[in-house]
Amino acid sequence: MASEQPRKAVLQASESEGATAGGAHVGEGHGSAPRGMLRWLLTTNHKDIGTLYLIFSLSMLFIGGIMALVIRTELFQPGLQMVQPEFFNQMTTMHGLIMVFGAIMPAFTGLANWMIPLQIGAPDMALPRLNNFSFWLLPVAFLLLLSTLLMEGGGPNFGWTFYAPLSTTYAPPSTSFFIFSLHIAGISSILGAINIIATILNLRAPGMRLMDMPLFVWTWLITAFLLIAVMPVLAGAITMMLFDINFGTSYFNAAGGGDPVLFQHLFWFFGHPEVYIMILPAFGIVSAIVPTFSRKRLFGYASMVYATGSIAIMSFLVWAHHMFAVGLPLVAELFFMYTTMLIAVPTGVKVFNWIATMFRGSISFEPPMLFAIAFIVQFTIGGFSGLMLAIAPADFQYHDTYFVVAHFHYVLVPGALFAILAGAYYWLPKWTGFYPHEGLSKWHFWLSVIGVNLTFFPMHFSGLAGMPRRIPDYALQFADFNMLSSIGAFLFGISQLLFLVVIVKCARGGVRAPACAWEGAVDLEWSVPSPAPLHTFEIPPQTRDGQIIR
Amino acid sequence: MSWIAECLSRVTRPMRLRLRRTVTTLSLTALSLTALSPSVLAVEYNMPVGVTAVSREIHSLHMIIFWICVVIGIVVFGVMGYAMIKHRKSRGAVSASFHENTRIEILWTAIPLLILVVMAVPATATLKDMYDASESALDVKITGHQWRWQYEYLGEDVAFTSSLATPREQINNTATKGEHYLLEVDNPLVLPINRKVRFLTTSADVIHSWWVPDFGVKKDAIPGFINEAWTRIETPGTYRGQCTELCGKDHGFMPVVVEALPEAEFDEWLIARKAEAEAALNDAGRDWSLEELMEKGEKTYATICASCHQPDGQGMPPAFPSLVGSAIVTQDIQAHIDIVVNGKAGTPMAAFADVLSPVELAAVITYERNAWGNDTGELVQPAVIKEQLSQ
Repeated sequence: MASEQPRKAVLQASESEGATAGGAHVGEGHGSAPRGMLRWLLTTNHKDIGTLYLIFSLSMLFIGGIMALVIRTELFQPGLQMVQPEFFNQMTTMHGLIMVFGAIMPAFTGLANWMIPLQIGAPDMALPRLNNFSFWLLPVAFLLLLSTLLMEGGGPNFGWTFYAPLSTTYAPPSTSFFIFSLHIAGISSILGAINIIATILNLRAPGMRLMDMPLFVWTWLITAFLLIAVMPVLAGAITMMLFDINFGTSYFNAAGGGDPVLFQHLFWFFGHPEVYIMILPAFGIVSAIVPTFSRKRLFGYASMVYATGSIAIMSFLVWAHHMFAVGLPLVAELFFMYTTMLIAVPTGVKVFNWIATMFRGSISFEPPMLFAIAFIVQFTIGGFSGLMLAIAPADFQYHDTYFVVAHFHYVLVPGALFAILAGAYYWLPKWTGFYPHEGLSKWHFWLSVIGVNLTFFPMHFSGLAGMPRRIPDYALQFADFNMLSSIGAFLFGISQLLFLVVIVKCARGGVRAPACAWEGAVDLEWSVPSPAPLHTFEIPPQTRDGQIIR
Repeated sequence: MSWIAECLSRVTRPMRLRLRRTVTTLSLTALSLTALSPSVLAVEYNMPVGVTAVSREIHSLHMIIFWICVVIGIVVFGVMGYAMIKHRKSRGAVSASFHENTRIEILWTAIPLLILVVMAVPATATLKDMYDASESALDVKITGHQWRWQYEYLGEDVAFTSSLATPREQINNTATKGEHYLLEVDNPLVLPINRKVRFLTTSADVIHSWWVPDFGVKKDAIPGFINEAWTRIETPGTYRGQCTELCGKDHGFMPVVVEALPEAEFDEWLIARKAEAEAALNDAGRDWSLEELMEKGEKTYATICASCHQPDGQGMPPAFPSLVGSAIVTQDIQAHIDIVVNGKAGTPMAAFADVLSPVELAAVITYERNAWGNDTGELVQPAVIKEQLSQ
């Protein structure tokens, strides 16, 4: 509540503006409110910061996407054509880091910033200045990370999992900068998570119990706890790397008595919950969209919450399934195989609940629903290959092949990213006051679905046929599948430009959206005008069962 | 098939005959191909069945879990598709009001759990089997290096390195790619069939992973660790795999090739290989001429050093320094020997004492001191290296 006064000051400014869309006019005619760049630099408003996060995430998506296209161009045919192996390795590494830490995570934080206060009837995030700080750390972190590409010896080239000692003793000189940038991004995530927890636990509208909250709020609450639990572990691991590189310690250096496998345990103790950090909020978005467009209440709300909670707890008990081939003792292999298989159960419950929600509903297929349905199908395909990977003996054949690449891309691209796109289409009317262009949105959807499946489905086959991941050149029997993947990648990449067009068009105008933009939408965000004014819920609404009663 | 008949009836009679003949030939060829080489067809898009009991068990686990997923997928997507078709608003569907059902929720938690338990039983048995490396007939130590494999037949005094044999021109697209492009090596690992072979994997630098899909064996090679795996090959043949853990620049260029021989042939090979090793050791004692050393050194340089220091010695600074006119290569010869033999701590420069023979070490040092205009005219005798190594 530190920002009580500044918020009131801005409030006066916004009252006369009413509902302004993108924000180009906000602050006009009011000497007291900062304008232009300064407005965005100093803003403590959750909607502004949410917009900043989303724009940042979208630009990272395109930068990381261009890197993916460099990779796919090189892999279009066997032989080295476009890039040399050392640059190829920088591309795979940077693509992973940027997509995970720069695109997917900030997109969810952006959606959280925009929607959580609106969904719980809060006037803003609980810690608005911290909110500003945690966003502005991100551009700093990623400019630093990208700048390593221009340094002597190139940027990080050891994969986004940066296994020691490849990332310590054998790493390029720029690695310390990479570590620093990851530290900054990590601080940003932790601060964001603290803010989200504080908001959800303290600022819910009167009458809103925890079990009345929309699932997006629930999944984010749990995600935020995961972030606070694992980001420090990552920070610890990369600090140990920093010491190994610069101060002569041997945490991960076998020659000095250290243990390279310890790095993997630390990394994956962070890394596996991180996987759920990137998917739980997606579950929340889909759990909002499917009931809306089925015009039917979400099936099994309570079991959804419990499933999310158990997935989160279990995510701390499965990390070594990424390490089945490192030579763990048999007992450990069995333990991690069983826990990993077990995590399929709550995940399955979620899928069943969504389908039961659709069953005997009154379904319509607007763009958000299309993306949500595609999410369910494609995420489930990723779940199936995950179940296959959980079978430890078979994992020895799958591990570090394109089968794994296919698996985690199915979960993250047609999975998490599609949920983010679904969320964007769902809430764009609330953000801009206009519906996204229906025709273009559907083109975007269908081209994306075709492109993404053409890219990643053949990877199952090239992986099973024996193609290792992270190689710049491959044996001839993998050529056909790789060519298909490359064509798909370009189709998918280019069709995201359509998304850009849709957003710009939607921010400028189109069909006006009423406060409740979708028939069947019930959460609190639909009770405020579209576009949502800069300040909402100044007076807390009285709620019962998650609905405003006043 | 009716559309084919329709098309056929439209063409003239001689054409029809010719067409029919072609179709018959084609279908016969297709049939015979399928009959003759089911394994070839399967390998292209599915996990290989392989040539060991373990690889077969893994393959069947893979197929069981795959079909389980297919069945669940059909049920789940089937219900979803049904709802999407039948319960759409445009068909006038009115939504029901149910939103929970304890019985069905328990059911769809319990059934997956049951399927998983059923699946875990055979998986556990296979895993136990894979972990039992006891009572092996032959032990092979596999050491990963950036970017080649080193094989030691423990107790047999036979050791050699195995590097990519695909010529640079094929990789750079200036020559036609061969059948085994990127999956061919200079010295394949030779193993006997029908004997239990234990692999002990470790690494001299970063983490690598040794994988032969046909054996169902994949084990990380980690510096400071020795991992165990085993196999018993059933069919003679050549089996190919690759390194599967990102290990730096040439991770994609360190294949694994195993030649499995019948027992008697393997024993003969081992004896011949031992004799060769002994002869090479004696050869190190004689005086070598500059030409001899340069010739051998050029070959060794090309397979071992060129991937980092480049074929023209220019290197790739800052990670891999240039050797052209560099102080180490053109000045103090002892420092040059030291860095090649013992490596340089804290850099990617590895120690080659255990990787190269004294002759190869002497040859490559001599080559570096005289190639690319370095022209020091100095040479190192293998005997000198041999003496230094034994100290």
